[in-house]
Amino acid sequence: MKIEVVKQLLGAQVVCGEEHLDTDVFSACGSDMMSDVLAYVKDQAVLLTGLVNEQVIRTAAMMDMKCIVFVRNKRPTPQMVDLAECNGIVVMTSPLRMFEACGKLYEGGLNRDGATDA
Amino acid sequence: MPEPLKFTYDINGENFASAGEASMQIKKELRSLGFAPETIRRVSIAMYEGEINMVIHAGGGVAEVLVCPEKIEITLTDHGPGIPDIDLAMQEGYSTAPDAIRSIGFGAGMGLPNMKKYTDEMIIESEVQKGTKVFMRVDVK
Ligand SMILES: Nc1ncnc2c1ncn2[C@@H]1O[C@H](COP(=O)(O)OP(=O)(O)OP(=O)(O)O)[C@@H](O)[C@H]1O
Ligand SMILES: [Mg+2]
Repeated sequence: MKIEVVKQLLGAQVVCGEEHLDTDVFSACGSDMMSDVLAYVKDQAVLLTGLVNEQVIRTAAMMDMKCIVFVRNKRPTPQMVDLAECNGIVVMTSPLRMFEACGKLYEGGLNRDGATDA
Repeated sequence: MPEPLKFTYDINGENFASAGEASMQIKKELRSLGFAPETIRRVSIAMYEGEINMVIHAGGGVAEVLVCPEKIEITLTDHGPGIPDIDLAMQEGYSTAPDAIRSIGFGAGMGLPNMKKYTDEMIIESEVQKGTKVFMRVDVK
């Protein structure tokens, strides 16, 4: 699925990384615990979260994720946006709640399991 | 890269927002040196977890990274409270982090086991009230 489609399914607004909307992604994960993202996620390219701080961007960058979606219209700070831009990560905000946002992407076909067996 | 490269970073324990900057820096260095993405990812995740630990549990410290063509070694040294029972700390889910830390996305007790998972060797030396030293080695495959 192209990141452009993620944007459409979530009715999201792109904050940065517009130029990467053509990138393909195959799986996603939703979490407010960066500890869990670091420990359980293997190949998810999209991170959905309601947590807003610098470590969200760094966690995604460490894991080579391509797109971060902030749910419930949460907005990243300018520092976070800079950090995401430096790492080529698309950032968007969606009005949907976490559960709905995950459901829409799953239903839309972003359902490949990228988690580790842990 | 004929000589091993050494990088040293002071990790500020006062500022949670800047935690992870050293790991980001190392990730960039390894990328420009041409290491494989999987190697870079293993090093970055292990070092990032360790860096966060130094900030949330130990008031900061020093990170040293030695980069050789065949291996990357990370040494994290702090003068924090130390870890009284290392075997216990290594268990998945064991955490002494307060709720304030969990509300910023950490403190699941997954960091140390994850560091072990992503590295080929990990040695923790710790003395209560003196500090902790974590050594990790990632072999380049
Ligand atoms: N550098 C350190 N200094 C003192 N105590 C530490 C240090 N690193 C880890 N610990 C202790 O070991 C416990 C387990 O660490 P671990 O990284 O596995 O989990 P966590 O940091 O609590 O949560 P998470 O890593 O999932 O965000 C910590 O809660 C803390 O008590
Ligand atoms: Mg930790």
